Amino acid sequence: MFKTFIAGILLGIVGAVAALYYLPAVNQFREQSLIVVHPNQGNTESFHVNVPMDRIMIGVPGQQEPLPAGLIWSGDDKLAGTRAELFKIRNGKDIVVGVASRIAASHEETGNIIEWVFHLPARGSVYVIMQPQPAEGGYRVGSLKTGTRDFAALHGRVTERWVADTSGSEDAPAGRIEIITAFVAELEDEE
Amino acid sequence: MKYLISLLIGLATGVAAFLALLYFNPLTSQNKLSPVSVTDEDLIVLNYSAVATNALIYTNDGESQVAPHPAKVLQLWEPPIRRTDAMATVLTDSRNTVVGVGMKFSSDSESTNLLNGEAIIDSVWHIYLPGRGSLFVEQKENYWTYLREIVIPARWSSGDNWRGIWNGDITSGPGALGTARVIGGSGAFDGLDTHGLESLSAKAYSVEQGPVAIDAKLTIEIPRLQSEPTPDP
Repeated sequence: MFKTFIAGILLGIVGAVAALYYLPAVNQFREQSLIVVHPNQGNTESFHVNVPMDRIMIGVPGQQEPLPAGLIWSGDDKLAGTRAELFKIRNGKDIVVGVASRIAASHEETGNIIEWVFHLPARGSVYVIMQPQPAEGGYRVGSLKTGTRDFAALHGRVTERWVADTSGSEDAPAGRIEIITAFVAELEDEE
Repeated sequence: MKYLISLLIGLATGVAAFLALLYFNPLTSQNKLSPVSVTDEDLIVLNYSAVATNALIYTNDGESQVAPHPAKVLQLWEPPIRRTDAMATVLTDSRNTVVGVGMKFSSDSESTNLLNGEAIIDSVWHIYLPGRGSLFVEQKENYWTYLREIVIPARWSSGDNWRGIWNGDITSGPGALGTARVIGGSGAFDGLDTHGLESLSAKAYSVEQGPVAIDAKLTIEIPRLQSEPTPDP
């Protein structure tokens, strides 16, 4: 019986090691990436934010009705020209796949700044610098500054635009912020 | 029957012995000195409170230990973002003066490996310092020492809390020397590619509420401009 007990101890240790080694402690839920390949124009992936339902926070000084309710934004003069927002972002199938932050700021020393960070937990994050002035057609164009994990070796551009809802449905959002990314991998020099 | 009971008791003892070894393993201690702590370069130090109720907003899946703040903030309950926290906070300097705003996304990492003492969170910061510019910080944070020295002792405590003084670096990568990667986006930081370090200073933790008195510090190394060598006349 004592030998069985010793065997049990060894089996317990081996089992615990095997469980920790083979069973993943974290397994992020993944949605399918919906990348569209265009003829002679590379590939794009579209995301969008349904407004107002996907808006987590609007950080602006002196809001009459803060979002979220109960938010007490800093009244410090330093943040006077700063607008910080948090969103959920959705893929082309209207499924939430990540979260995003957007900063729009104006300051005499740094000029106008519009930036996004998109965070897709299963894939990584991207940091995008937008051009402050919108292009023709209501688009604003930006470029990928850097990315992490799946986006680390990519470069490319991003567009954003506001698309108002025209369906007239009661449940429909007021509109959506449409974000289209066009990322490609860096071309490596051949030896 | 007695052999089966003996085997089961042995199995439980083996698992318990292994978990004790994992918990007390001194090799997984992380009290290494970060290169950012001893650098000769200039540093930007940004302070914030790691207590959710002190943030501008903090949100998660709504079922975690730390409650979202404010209470009516949108929760991250959808499956792809259920293991992600989002926070917006005011950042202050060493004199407690507001210098900017930061937003942080933290997700449980699939690179977590408890056998090696790695309880990893993948996080990114989006920071704006008015008058100076914007920064993006990518880091892997290892909470193993924090769990071992604060969270588990709090659960063992009869009062379900922990009080003491604990200072530790939580950044463990992606830099080879355990530093965060910092990219400048605009203003004076445009083109910056440097290192950073996030550290915690904990005084109180509650099993019910999570962090009660924990201050955090984000340190960013700013390389000095190398002066061009002047030709010998």
